[in-house]
Parts: sequence; structure tokens; C-alpha cells
Amino acid sequence: MAEQKIADSMSADILVVGGGIAGMTAALEAAEAGKTVVLSEAKPSLGGRVAATNQYFPKLCPPSCGIEINLRRIKANPSITVLTLAEVEGLSGGRGGHEARIKLHPRFVNEKCTACGDCEKACEVERDNDFNFGLDKTKAVYLPHLMAYPFRYVVDPKHAGDPRMKKAAAACAYGAVELDMKPRTLTLKVGAVVWATGWKPYDAAKLDRLGFGRYRNVVTNSMMERLASQSGPTGGKLVRPSDQVGLKKVGFVQCAGSRDEKHLPYCSAVCCLASMKQATYVRAQYPDAEIHIFYIDVRAPGRMEDFYVKAQEDKKLFFHRGKVGTITEVEGSRNLVLEAENTLTGELTKTEVDMAVLAVGMVPNTADEKPPLDTPLDEFGFIAPDTGKGVIGAGTVTRPLDVASSVVDATGAAMRALIAAAEASAAGRN
Amino acid sequence: METKIGAYFCKGCGIGGCLDIDKLLKAATAAKVPVVKSHDILCSQAGVDSIKADIAGAGVNRVSVVACSPRVFPELFEFGKDVLTDRVNVREGVAWCCKPNDEDTQMLAEDCVRMSVARLVNSAPAEPFVEETSKAVLVVGAGMAGLTAAKSAAQAGYKVVLVEKEERLGGWASKFSKVVPKGPVYREPEDSGVEALVQEVESHPNIKVHKGATVAKTVGQPGKFMAALEKGGVTTEVTVGSIVLASGWKPYDASKLGRWGYGASPDVITNVRFEELAAKGRIMRPSDGKPVTSVAFIQCAGSRDAEHLPYCSAVCCRVSLKQALHVRREHPEAKVYIIYKDLRSPAQYERFYARVAEDEGVFLTKGEIAEVKKEADGLISVRAEKTLLGEDITVRADLVVLATGMVPSTKVEPGPAAAEGAAGKTCDPEKEGKTADGKKEAESAELGAKILNLTYRQGTDLPTLKYGFPDSHFICFPYETRRTGIYAAGAVRAPMDLASGAGDGRGAALKAIQCVEAISRGAAVHPRAGDLSYPEFFMQRCTQCKRCTEECPFGSLDEDNKGTPLPNPLRCRRCGVCLGACPERIVSFKNFNVNMVSKMIKAIEVPEEDEDKPRILAFICENDALASLDMAGVMRLQRNAMIRIIPLRCLGSMNAVWVSDALAGGIDGVLLIGCKKGDDYQCHFIRGSELADYRMGNVKEKLKQLVLEEERVEIHELAITDYRRIPEIFDKFLETIRRVGPNPYKDM
Repeated sequence: MAEQKIADSMSADILVVGGGIAGMTAALEAAEAGKTVVLSEAKPSLGGRVAATNQYFPKLCPPSCGIEINLRRIKANPSITVLTLAEVEGLSGGRGGHEARIKLHPRFVNEKCTACGDCEKACEVERDNDFNFGLDKTKAVYLPHLMAYPFRYVVDPKHAGDPRMKKAAAACAYGAVELDMKPRTLTLKVGAVVWATGWKPYDAAKLDRLGFGRYRNVVTNSMMERLASQSGPTGGKLVRPSDQVGLKKVGFVQCAGSRDEKHLPYCSAVCCLASMKQATYVRAQYPDAEIHIFYIDVRAPGRMEDFYVKAQEDKKLFFHRGKVGTITEVEGSRNLVLEAENTLTGELTKTEVDMAVLAVGMVPNTADEKPPLDTPLDEFGFIAPDTGKGVIGAGTVTRPLDVASSVVDATGAAMRALIAAAEASAAGRN
Repeated sequence: METKIGAYFCKGCGIGGCLDIDKLLKAATAAKVPVVKSHDILCSQAGVDSIKADIAGAGVNRVSVVACSPRVFPELFEFGKDVLTDRVNVREGVAWCCKPNDEDTQMLAEDCVRMSVARLVNSAPAEPFVEETSKAVLVVGAGMAGLTAAKSAAQAGYKVVLVEKEERLGGWASKFSKVVPKGPVYREPEDSGVEALVQEVESHPNIKVHKGATVAKTVGQPGKFMAALEKGGVTTEVTVGSIVLASGWKPYDASKLGRWGYGASPDVITNVRFEELAAKGRIMRPSDGKPVTSVAFIQCAGSRDAEHLPYCSAVCCRVSLKQALHVRREHPEAKVYIIYKDLRSPAQYERFYARVAEDEGVFLTKGEIAEVKKEADGLISVRAEKTLLGEDITVRADLVVLATGMVPSTKVEPGPAAAEGAAGKTCDPEKEGKTADGKKEAESAELGAKILNLTYRQGTDLPTLKYGFPDSHFICFPYETRRTGIYAAGAVRAPMDLASGAGDGRGAALKAIQCVEAISRGAAVHPRAGDLSYPEFFMQRCTQCKRCTEECPFGSLDEDNKGTPLPNPLRCRRCGVCLGACPERIVSFKNFNVNMVSKMIKAIEVPEEDEDKPRILAFICENDALASLDMAGVMRLQRNAMIRIIPLRCLGSMNAVWVSDALAGGIDGVLLIGCKKGDDYQCHFIRGSELADYRMGNVKEKLKQLVLEEERVEIHELAITDYRRIPEIFDKFLETIRRVGPNPYKDM
């Protein structure tokens, strides 16, 4: 159920903060176990980072497929209330019950929106498309993506006050665009709080010697997902950013900032498999392209090993043991030279490629935006496991995880929330 | 109650500009719809209220909403359990993707309306199958995963029956002296905490513990499973609603590790043996009891190896790091060597790796083991190639520890005699799932370990996925299971460490609770969570062909000795594969049945041959293909207007009779669009798209009988993101049909 008519104060068994795959899962699993749940998402639509992912390893299946089922579960379940553009401003209480204060930022488009697109057509203002990492633009009134839920337009708040937006508003036959919409705050009483605010890619610009931001053909693994996606800036055609030319030789730089005392001392657990998966994107479009993966250890746990074995069957996919220290751009061609020390042979190698993909790691959003209630964190900002204190962490705020593990973790978090809600409700009765 | 249909037409979002709404209303009236109305914006409050008024005032109980896709604004057009609503998608599916103000587009929309009427006339609101059920959870296995599952469910207020085959609870965790650090700062081994957990479980009033007991037999269905627990010849019967299978793992058979020196000397041991020795006291050299001075750990001994365990057991690297520290602590003078393929210490465990690597007495290198042999002096030499030093190294060790992998308890290692015939059948992905014959699965389960001893027609235990693990194939749904109400957790599901096992058990407990709650309301569990419909069988017409009992992806149908299906509605996932399988058309849901679809097909108006208006019918999967079509519409990708669409619960629920109905009725061609099949199948019902493909054989037979060309039926796989391919698929098929020519049955 989407936010049609949200009251200023409400109560539910469980509040889930974050509407990515972990938050959606925690909310759904708890709701389908009979609890009332409020799912609060900061962005204009659900889906989080999986919505921006092209395919999952090892099946190479589209995340939209699982999102569709989860959205169907949400639509069918009256026990879930979804809030978008929602920010938890305050949370108090403890075992026995919490009170949350949630600010709903204006969408500038009300529930009369039918997603017909007339406003977008009439809109003359553009914005950088953050969903595609700024690789293209959308109109200032836009549909977040094809799988967006709620399936409704939104106005970029930076442009809501632009007088030119009035034309877009006037184009709506339903009176849905409301450029003077105000934020509102609601209070929520809940028995338990699940925190699933997810992760962001490590800032590649901090990896000074790898050239991100200086050289256009150095991209991150997250950008690569958009470049390969049907709904991405190139409609799924993989080309290098500087000149939109096809790929002949691609380099993947593993542990770009990861397992590195100066950056992220931990391993992000998914990047090896993600790069092998992205190698299949390249291969599907360029049967003859050379692909070079530079790694320290190839980490493919469990039956993911099969995926690694399969990658090694590709005769033009080369695994090099060694960490890339420096990337330089070749003048004129804008090709890139990856310098690495091969730790097996000791030799210093230089490999020229036309595009380099940095496998940057996952930074928990809790590192910058600390969860409330003095929730214990580890030294990297992940929610520490099993402390029983503060909010209940779910998904990549607890440790770097792939999607399936994130879903397992979120299901476990839903279990914890059920127990806490049961305790709270017992306390309320006493 | 008499049915009364109301058809409500929306003119918004470009529909009114594309279609002649008055003509559409007339088509509805001609189809005998008593209440027919249009509205400028049907999803507005006024629009929705006008429908509600007719329900309350005019006795309308079947609503046809001729507007946008059922995927948008579902809550607006739900009018309670007694009112059946059908969403006719003329927005994304007509106005946004077909030529406006065009005769063919108008005919498409009118057919959509007639099909909706046929659907509503021939179906009824679902009535749940509700029986008295148990909400207790049976947990099989009391290791870390099982204990955590039991404790979690009990804390949430559910009764739990916990069965453990050993005489004490705790599993492997209770046999290890210390475990890899589970939390910050991830540097020093710590206690597993299992003793406290065992105590909590044993003293919890909601948990009944059965030690030294096994499950001799499990009969029934979710909500009313009857498990016979056997202990020393005495059987106790318990009734439970759902089951968590947490039967754990066993070490890979070390006797097969001769290549890594196992058996060459008592001083070559496995990592599990190391734990046993560590639990007993100081680590000494097994052959002579002397202190160790040089210990070599060989990683992946029998793992990541096509001849042994092809997979990675995920924990062995960290276990060896922990054991290395243990040696160093007890024997500060000893040198420890760890030779690995890739050192796998994911996530924050990298900190533990860094801490061990700091230890000057621990030497870590990548390398391939070339030879392990016992030297004349009794030491064991380990020779490794391709090391980080760029040269071969030979370590002379007085203790060699083989990091052996984990095998799920659900897997039976074939003995030497059985190996020839049986190898691969338990877990071979090439064989499993590729057949439409449920017998293969039954066989596969027969060859697996018997733990639950289900009395299911399709086998005694959870079907395994690969390498004997009863894991889920779905990344988004890792607890998805092919036996409703039975959830695998912990190392039996996939190789994992204790912390992950605990988390996995917690999640499985939630799924088990969710299942008993849904079942108690007569509702389906994932992926059609909440669906209240269920299949009913008109047994008088059953010919005992056994197709339904063999093809049900979830083993929900048993059989009597004549082969008549014995339905277990509480096991059912509502995919409709049985409905698709049945040649006698005896399987029906209240809101989805063979007759309903046949009538929808009949509702399509077939123009005369000389009008050159081919008619194509497309059966599409409503899980993925339907969404993909919507997205094509949102993107305004244009396609031809000759195609009539009937969404199905799963392409596996397509009954071949519909294809003959369509062709015999003059429809020129039939498209079947479903999810990907094969090893990386995307079908939410596991075998639906594969079964549809298999049934194409029957369809081809039907074509032959009708003396029609094979090209008139095509099957396609379409991922949800393949929206850009849709116009091409539709237009190419239309070309094919034009080439083949009109269906000769048209004018009959």
C-alpha cells in the first residue's frame, strides 16, 4: 500500500528504515508473518541499489524480476505502509516501544499522478540523472525508473522553485503537480525498528593514483551496471564514455581501495564476483574483446566457485594476480595504462586498455549517518552484530553482503523485530 | 449469488484520444454487460466512488476496469472479497503502444473488453481452504542454526519441537574450543556462545527437546504435519505446522585425500581432527606425542576440485587462520605455514586475516600443492608450486593439517559399489530439473539422505539444488523451497560459518512462522503470498494419467494405488501447473480455470479471411512478461494491434487445449511467452517454463491433427528487462503468420 492518505500520527508493530532489497525484505517478511509495518525510504521510490543493478551473479538474471515480485507482495498486503522521501528525524524509546518522528519531504507531485508523462513532455528544465551516476540527464520532473514504486512522478527539489516548471505543472490534466508542496512531519509509535539504510560505493576520487574523475574512461563498477543496463544512459550498449566507441580491451581493477589500510581495510565480499559478472556483459557484446582482471585473491565462496570456474573458460579473459597501483592516460587515444605488480612472478606489468573498471568497495551508509539510539557500530561504521542494543541492523549496514545474503540477513532481522514487537506489545499490556 | 457485471471505462492518460470510447461501451453492452459507464479520470475519487456506488446500489459484483495496467493503483480498484475485479489494460497495453484512432487498435480494445467479460462471467471470488491447523514449528537439528531457529520462534511465542539425533545439543559449535571472531574488532578467536544458547533452549517453556531422536516419518501437509519421532525404538507423534531443516554438515571423507598425504602418516590430519585434539589439550604430534615445531596447513584439500568438492566451503581459510593462532599460542617456537589457492576472508574477517599475517611465525603463501609425502625421518614434506615467491617451496612439517570441506548432511556419498550407477544422480544439475518427469526427482530424493522421511509421492526429503545442498535457486528468495512449509537453514543449505548459521536459522524461523500464519488463513505462501484460491479436482473424470502428480513443482499431490491424485491444498503454491498438465481439464481454481480461458478465447472476434486481419493469441507469464509488456508501453514502444493477450499464473499453467481452441476457432497463431528455463531458470515456480516447453510436443501433435503448420505456434523466453524486444517478437510473428497464410478454420 502506498502513501495515499497518511495520518499525522500512526502506530505499527515495526518500522523499517530503508527501502532497498534488505528493507523491502524485512518489511515484507514481517508483514507476511502478520505484523503491521511502516517502510520508510528516503528516495522517491523503493528498490535501492538493486534497482540500479543490471544483472545478478551467478545467474545473470535481472534484479527487476525479484523487485516485481516484492512490489506485488507489497501492493497486495494492507499491513505495509510505504513512505517515500521520508527521513527519520528522531527516534526515542527502547525495548518496550519506540516513537519515531518522520519528515516527509515534498514530492511536488500528489497522489493524483497517473504517470502519464505529460508533465515530463512539457518540462523544459533538466537535471543530472543520479540514478545513472550523472551519465545522462532527465527532466526536472521525472519518473525515477521503470520499476519505480510508487509509480508516480517527482520533481527534483532543486528545481521546484524554477519559474519554468510552471509549464510542466500546467501540462498535467489531473492537477497532480504541486510546486508549492510543503514538507510534513508525522509521528509513529512502533514496537521495533529495523535499520536497512544500505551502502554507497567508496568514493573513487580518493584513489588518487587510479585516475577516476581525471580520466573519463575510468569508471566504477556501479557505473558499469548502468552502462550495461537496458534502462541506462546508452540503452544497454557498452561503450567507453570518452568517445562512445565499442570496447576492445577492458581492465578490471579489483580491491580498488579495499583491503587497504589507507582506504577500506576490509573486503567488500562481492566485487570479485561482480567483476566476473561484468566481464560477461563485455563478452556478450564484444566476442573478441580482451578482458583483464587484476586481483589479490579471487573470492568466490560456496557454489559461487562455479561462476569463477566458468569465467576461467573464457579464453580472452585473463586473471592477473596483482594490485593495480597506478593508472595513466595515453595522450591522444585516451586509452589507459594499468601498472601492476604481478605477485606470482614479481614482475611489474603495464597493460593498455580502452576502459578501466574500478571494483570499489561498499561503505555502509551508517558510517556517515549514524543510526539512532546509540546503536553500537564497528570501526568501519557497520552496525555491530548481536549486541541487542539500539536498532536492528539488516543487510549491508551490518557487513558487506551480496544480495542473497542480504535477504537472509533481512529475514533474520524481521525475526528479531517480531520478537521485539512481541515484547513491546506485552510490555504495553502490562 | 447472481453475478452482475459493471464495466467502467477510463478516458484519461490518452485512452480517450486513442480509442472511440462510445464504441467500446457499445461492445460491452453487446456482450450483455448491464452496467456500462465511462469516466474522464477513473482513478480519481469521483471515478472510484461511482464504481462503489454501483456495487452498493445496483448490486454490481463483477467489475471490469477498462483503464490502466493491473500493476498500477491496485488498491484503488479493490472492492472487498465478494467483488471480483478484472483490470483491462487499454493504457499501457493499447493506447500507449498501438496506432491511435485506428480500426485495428479499436478492434483490439473491443476484444479486450469482451475477454474481460468472459473472464468475469466464468470465474468467482476465491474462497480460502481453511482447516484447523497447528502453528508449532519442528526444528530438525540442534546445531547453531537449529538452536537459533528454535529459540527465535519460541521467543516470538510459537511452540517448538526440537529434534537432535545426538544425545546432546550444540552440534559442531560445542566441539570447537574457540571460533573465528564474530564481531568487532575481529582480531582474536572467541567462545562460540553455544553453551548459553543450549541452556536457553533447554529451559524455554515453548520448546520441547527430543535428544537422541530421529524423524522416522513425516506425513501430511503444512499446518498439519504429523512427524513420528523415534528414540530407542519408541515412537512419539507430534503435530506441527512447519519445519526447519537444520541438519548441518559433515566433513568431506578424508580417506579420499591421499593426494594431499592423508593416510601417509598419522601426522597428516584434517581440520576437524585438529579441533578434536585442541579440545582435549595441547596440540602434539599424533605419531609420538612430541610438541610440534613446524605445522603446514593445506587449504582446499579436496575443495575447489572437480574430482572432489567442486565448490568452496567458505569457512576453511578462516578456520586455518584460527588454528594457526592456536598452534602459535601453544607452541610459540613453532613455525606455521598456510598454503592456499586464494585466501578467502571476506568482509570484516579481513581484519582477522591481517592480524594472523602480522604474526611473524605464520607464513602465508599462495601455491599449488605438488606433492605431500612422508620422509625417512618421519617428517612430512609439502612441496608447493607457483608460490608468491615465484619459486617452488618445500616445507618440512611435523604436522600437516588438511583444510577439508563441508558436505551437506542431506547428501549420501555413494559407496564404491554404488558409485558407478548412482554418481551424479543426487546432485547433478545436468540431469535434475531438465526432465518433465517427476520420477527423476523422486529418484534423486531416494538417493539422498533420509532425514525427514516425508511420505510424499515425489520423494522423502527436500529436493537438492546442486552438490547435494537443498539450497534455493533464487537470489532474491534464498529461503524459497520446493516443499511448502519446509525451510533449510545453516550449513545444510549452503557452506557457512557459525555466525551465518545462526543468522540463517533466525531467518528460517521467520519463514516457518510466516507459513503457519498464512496456512491458518488459507492463504498461499511465496511467491503468490496471500492468494486465497486453490485448485479443486473433479475426480469423476480423472483418468489416472499421473501428469499432475508428477509435474507439480512442489510435490503437493500424492497418489492412491490406482494413480488418482490425492490433493494436499495446504502444500499448494497456486501456480496452476496441475491445471496446465491435465488433459481431462478436471483442475479448476474459482478464479482461474480451463473453461474461463476457453471462453476468453472464444470472445475474440475473428474477422473473415478476406479482411486480412490476422488474429494472434499470446499467453504470457504474469510474473515477468506482463511487467515487461507494461514497461514497453510506458516507453511507448509501438507494436502491431493483432495480438490478444491472456496472462497466466505461470506459463506452466497453460493447458494445451487452449491452443487447439484458439486454432480451431480461427485464430491464426499462438505465442507463448514465459521465463527462462534451463540451469539458470528464472521461472518463479521452478519448472513452469520448462513444462510449457515440454508441452509444445503435445501442441505440435494437435497442430498435426488439425493439419496446420507448425509455425503457427511459437514459444519465447522473455526476461522482465527485455521490453525492447517485444515489438520485434510481435511483429516478426505477425510476418510469419502472414507468410503462412490465414487459418483455414476461420470460415468454418
